[in-house]
Amino acid sequence: MRIVVQEHAFDPGAEVNAFAAGRSDMGAIVTFSGVVRDDPSNPLQEMMIEHYPGMTEKALEQIATEAQARWSLSDVLVIHRFGRLRPGEQIMMVATAARHRKDAFEAAEYLMDYLKSRAPFWKKEQAASGAGWVAARDEDEDALTRW
Amino acid sequence: MIDVLYFAWVRERIGLPREQVETEAGTVAALVDELRGREERYALAFSDLSALRVAVDQDLTDFDASLEGVREVAFFPPMTGG
Repeated sequence: MRIVVQEHAFDPGAEVNAFAAGRSDMGAIVTFSGVVRDDPSNPLQEMMIEHYPGMTEKALEQIATEAQARWSLSDVLVIHRFGRLRPGEQIMMVATAARHRKDAFEAAEYLMDYLKSRAPFWKKEQAASGAGWVAARDEDEDALTRW
Repeated sequence: MIDVLYFAWVRERIGLPREQVETEAGTVAALVDELRGREERYALAFSDLSALRVAVDQDLTDFDASLEGVREVAFFPPMTGG
């Protein structure tokens, strides 16, 4: 398991190659990347991501450990950035590896669902219309009930 | 003495990221009542607890959680990771 919380940009392709390097037990690798999305009707200048150092790493490790307990996984990678990001930049990625794809797909979805509403990150958008904190969505909280 | 941390708009409303609080409060809810009584900015930040989440020693918990032996309490809005 590798959990990384960092300010600087990362290369998702290089990260997934490193994640799989030298491993022959990974029959399936699923990756997800979250990207800063622009809104043409209200252009985004930047997104500021705040987090809770210490709790962030602990929460991500707990979520990844739970995923490893629920599915048969070869490995898990979570990278999440904080600080100032511009539209089009990578915010985060998860990669899950398993012998078979079902475990890898389900574990990646589980990680994303929990990461959305249980990892202590907050996003503030600076857009043409002004600045504001991104509100948590009820759908994201509801998504946890399926697990 | 407990370290109290604030994040996102809670931090902005209160005007600081963390502070040390001398308190005899037995629960998070009792600590919130003490803070509310301090100044208007605290009362505003804690006006609607349903809009807030709390972590005690970096674990997410509820407002009725005990503060016995606790070093750090954090208040913040619902999280928006991913």
